[in-house]
Formats: sequence, C-alpha cells, structure tokens
Amino acid sequence: MAEERRVISVIVINEASVLSRISGLFSGRGYNIDSLTVAPIPDSKYSRITIVTQGSVRVIEQIIKQLHKLIPVLKVYEHENLVEKEMALVKFPISECLSDIAALCAAYNGKIVNVGEDVIICNVADIPGRVDNFLKAIKRFHPKEIVRSGVVAMEI
Amino acid sequence: MQISGAQMVIESLIAEDVSVVFGYPGGAIMNVYDEIYKQSGFQHVLARHEQAAIHAAEGYSKATGKVGVAMITSGPGFTNAVTGLADAYMDSIPMVVISGQVPMSLIGTDAFQEIDAVGISRPCTKHNFLVTDAKDLPRVMKEAFYIASTGRPGPVHVDIPKDVTAQIEEFVYPETVELETYKPTVKGNLRQIKKAVDAIAEASRPIFYLGGGVINSNASDEVRELVNMTNIPAVETLMARGVMGADNENLISMLGMHGSYAANMSMSEADLMIAVGARFDDRVTGKLSEFAKHAKVIHIDIDPASVSKLVSADFPIVGDVKSVIKEMIPLAKEKVDSQRYAQWRETVANFDKLHPLAYEDSDEVIKPQWAIERLGQLLGDDANITTDVGQHQMWSAQFYPFSRPRQWITSGGLGTMGFGFPAALGVKRGCPDKVSINVTGDGSILMNIQELMTSVEYKLPVINVILNNNYLGMVRQWQTMFYDKRHSSTDLSMQPDFVMLAESFGGVGYRVKTKEEFDAAIKDAVEKNVVALIDVTVNRLENVLPMVPAGGSLFNMMLEYKDK
Repeated sequence: MAEERRVISVIVINEASVLSRISGLFSGRGYNIDSLTVAPIPDSKYSRITIVTQGSVRVIEQIIKQLHKLIPVLKVYEHENLVEKEMALVKFPISECLSDIAALCAAYNGKIVNVGEDVIICNVADIPGRVDNFLKAIKRFHPKEIVRSGVVAMEI
Repeated sequence: MQISGAQMVIESLIAEDVSVVFGYPGGAIMNVYDEIYKQSGFQHVLARHEQAAIHAAEGYSKATGKVGVAMITSGPGFTNAVTGLADAYMDSIPMVVISGQVPMSLIGTDAFQEIDAVGISRPCTKHNFLVTDAKDLPRVMKEAFYIASTGRPGPVHVDIPKDVTAQIEEFVYPETVELETYKPTVKGNLRQIKKAVDAIAEASRPIFYLGGGVINSNASDEVRELVNMTNIPAVETLMARGVMGADNENLISMLGMHGSYAANMSMSEADLMIAVGARFDDRVTGKLSEFAKHAKVIHIDIDPASVSKLVSADFPIVGDVKSVIKEMIPLAKEKVDSQRYAQWRETVANFDKLHPLAYEDSDEVIKPQWAIERLGQLLGDDANITTDVGQHQMWSAQFYPFSRPRQWITSGGLGTMGFGFPAALGVKRGCPDKVSINVTGDGSILMNIQELMTSVEYKLPVINVILNNNYLGMVRQWQTMFYDKRHSSTDLSMQPDFVMLAESFGGVGYRVKTKEEFDAAIKDAVEKNVVALIDVTVNRLENVLPMVPAGGSLFNMMLEYKDK
C-alpha cells in the first residue's frame, strides 16, 4: 500500500511523561515520526503535539486509534485541510553576502535575525516543502548550521 | 483524616473491596508493608518471587472477574514483576500493581534499587502513575482501579516513592472518577447493530468467532443465547474456552494453529464471520490474507483499535460485548431464521466427521491427550484448569471438556512459561470450592517451582499435573518438523526428583507411569486436598496436531506427522 504523509495533532493533558507515552507508542509499534513539536496550549491544562508521520492508510488509522487509547490523550486530529508552517534557523559565515541572504530569506517569509562578529543567523517560516527549497537555495552561501523546528499545523 | 501515604494505600484497597493482595516486600515499599501488618481488611499472600505474585493476582482476577492486586518493591522487585505485567496486558486482565520507589530526592541518581519503573512498564500496562505527592494518592488509586476494570481491561501500575508513603496528608477517598480524556464506549451503535443482524439474516454460511472479550465482559450467557437461538456454528479462541460449554452442539471447537480441522475449515468456508471480543491474533488467523477470505466481517469489540487492525471489518461495532449482544438478541429473534443454516451446519458436521480432534491411544505409555481427557472425566466441572505454556497447554485446550467461562485460565498472548502454578494458587484463593489444577510441562513447572512454598503456607492446594516428556516439548516439536530434528537445547532429561521436590516443601508428590496410577494420584490428591506435584511420564515424542505451520493458511493443516 502506498505511503502517505500525514499531519496529526494530538491534544494531551500537560503532565509528566506524556510525551514519552506518545513517542514510545510510535517506536514500540514501528511507526515513523518525520517531525514532532510540542507546546502548551495557552490558558489550559493541555498541550498540543503536532506529529508528521508516514504510512499506509491502514497504518495511519491504527496510529490514530492507538493514540486515542492513551489515557492522557483528549483529542486526535488527522488533518485534511490545514495550514502548516515550519521554521528554520540558518547560520552563515559573516563573509557571505548579507544582502543576497536577506533577499532570499524575504522570499521565504524570513529575515536576518542576528548578526555577530563571525556569523549571521537568519530565519524563515514557511510550508515544509518551501523550507526544503530554501535550504537548497542557500547552499551556495555555505551555511554552518541549520535548525528546523518541525511542523505546526492548524485546521482550516 | 490525616494519614500517611502508606495508610492511604491500605485505605484505598479496602475502599475498593480488595480481599487479597499478592506481594513481596523490600526496602522502598516497607512503609506500606508496615501498614499491612497493622490492618485486617485484606489478606496478604507472600509469594516467593515477584513474578509469581503478579501471576497469582492474574489467576485470581481471571477466576473471579475482580481486579487483581499485587505489591512489590523497587528495582529488582519491579523488574521481576514486568513479565507478569506484560502477560496481564496481552490478555487484558484487570490488575492494579503497586510498587515502591526510591525517595523522590534520590530519583535519577542511580540510587540503590532504583530503576525507572514507569519508563519500563509504560509499553506493557494500560496506564501507569508515578505518584510524586501523597495528596494525589487517593485520586490515583481510584483512577487506577477504574482504568484497570473499565473499557478493555488491563493492568495499571502505580509507582510510589518511599517518602511519599511516609508523607502525611488529608485522606478522602473519591467516590467517583472524572477522567475527561478516558471515556470507553460501552453501547454499540444501534444502526450498525441492525445492519449486522440483517447481514446475519442474509448469510448462508455464518460463523461466530468468539474471543476472550466474551469472558471479560461476562457475556457468556448472552452469547450462548444468541448462538443457540440462531443455530449458527461457533468457534472459540484459546482465550474463549468455556464460553459455549463443551456439550453445546453449536460449538465446533477451538480454531487456530492447533485448532480442530472442522473449526479451521468452517472459518475458511464461511461467508460471514461474527467476531465477538476477538482480536485476530496471528496464532488464530495463520496467513492473514487467506484467513476467512470469503467472509464478510462483523467485529464487535470494546477496543476501537482492535477493530480493523488486522482484518478490515465490514460491520465494525465498538462497544461492550454484553451490551451489544443484548441489543442483537431481540433483533435476531425477529429477523434470523435459524433453519436457514441447516445445510451449512451439515457441512460443518461433515468436516468434524472427516477429521475429528483425536489421538491414537496406547496401552504401553500414557498419551498426554489421554491424561487431559481422563482429567476431564474425573473432574469435569468441579475443577478450574490453569496451564503453563507449550504442548500441554494446547492438549488441555483441545481435550478438556470446559463447561463454563472462567474455568480455563491460561497465558495466551504473551505465552509465559511459569504462569501456571502461581496463577493456579490465585485461582484457588478466588474459588476455594473448586479443585485447582495446573496442567504443566516438565519445562514450565520449574520456572516458578518456588511457589510450592506459598501454596503450602497459605493452604492453597494446587494440584500440578506435569505432563513429563523430558523435553521442552513444543520447541522440540518445531525442531522435529522444521529444523530437521536438530533438538537444540530442548532435551530436559536432566530432572529433579519431582516427588522428593514436592515433599521437601511440605507438599505431596506422585509418580505416575500407568493409567491406573494416574487415576489413583488424581483421586488421592483431590481427596486429601493437598498441594501436589503429579509427575506423569507421557509419550516422549508426541506432537500437537492438527497444526497450521506458522504463517500457513488455516485450510492447509498438518493433520498427521509421519516421521521421515
């Protein structure tokens, strides 16, 4: 069966060890995690975990059901129509062309966020595919370090 | 009431109507054991190994339907218990297991007898708790019992650091549980149920596929009523033995790897399968793509994740088996014509006539199948049967005439050797009026033999019937069949003297080599009501048959094995 990419949001009680229950479920049952982000939901006792995963339709269905089975899980959303964003931070040597980098960042909803003695750091925030493109495009500026945040998503 | 965390544990257990706790003390749980010493609300049974304590609680739970409770200390006490937790998890047994933990201030320091217990138990429990404040204890205990016993049952592990059991706080045991994130579905969707009954009414070759969920849901009466009313043939999984009762004419037999020819063939030929509290284990289905491939599937299960996990259900019904079957009965009465399946029943009967479950008896040596059959004739309904894991387990499942649910207690999912004896003493504790038989092998029995002491001390007379073939029989069988007879590390000829072994613990040992001795030993042990090891020498190279080789299709059974 064809593998599909899926973005799943899991609303969990914000308590100790809840993340290990989720990640343990994925590793224990042999499911993929492409990316995982987690942060508390403001003014509530819950957190939102956004997981990007891959699998056949049946595997995705099992993932959703198994997540539901965990006691501290309140809701699981398997997104169909969604807005996704991912952030990346990239560090360049100061010797690279500042204006070229700034222009490229701007094309990907980003900008230069820090300029130090030796390095420039920029960030972009876009859909994951475009972040991929950005990271390809900046190769010629010899990036020293790249940090991707993983995806956050919101149902439309 | 201001009391210590340790006292809260005791008060909670009493509030939950717990009458027996199986356990083993140690440093980190001592505060609780001190309170056990002072109380009289429940009995504590001191097992001789933590693994056995858990199995005993499992046996107690399986025999009574109540939540089994066990208590252990931190570190090795806990790690010894993990096999039991995993066993209970695989077989959906409601349990609350309480472990001590090093004090909060020492957690994470690699302290003496420290291990990340909740980290280890997470994948083999339904849920677990690390209690970091005694204020949480009443709520956690209440939730633990609630989670263990509702929905698809399972073990819940509560890990309590030593300083938390010493902490003094206000104790009020909650009367209700409010878990926003855990609300199991009990009632099945009525529209789906109606559709399912319509499908039954239209089917020509329907079959009931009954699993352990029927027993967990205490729904055997309802299931029998539905099956008898519709006259639809039924097969049982290993975990469901006893649901229909051996003399019920709608019961075909057990299906699966060592199921009967009729059960497996009927499943393969059916055009509608009504799966009730069963989970399509690989030992049941064989090659999944060939499993009941002509059948539409009605799947009734309380666990949504079980439905369509392995076989896609045409009529998925998530709900408690008892509740769903109760809804189905009046609908079926109205719509299903029980005469409709007469021809199908004849086909099933012919399968059974063609290759009945049978064995070739012998006058020279005791056949293990004979021993089980004879046990059934001698004790029948008067005994609860527990087993270990291996050939003896399969023969017991095939040949004992089970008449009621909870009569049969075995380790199915995890297949835990060493389960039988401690479980049987838990069964005896739960059902003192029934004879508690543990059918075991010469391999399995040694895996928790120390429980002779527990049995003798607490006067829990378990009769262990060892089908002794001087082999780790099931592995030997596979080696014979699939590994060209290279019997690697399965020859168990080096054995203790089981009679002396039993006697050294204060039990009674019997050596049995003939059928007469078998009868005499069973009768004597039952009559004297003693802890017994009955060492039955059985035919050494007997194989469990029929057999579906691992990964094979149910309809490709090995009905006999000819030595090459």
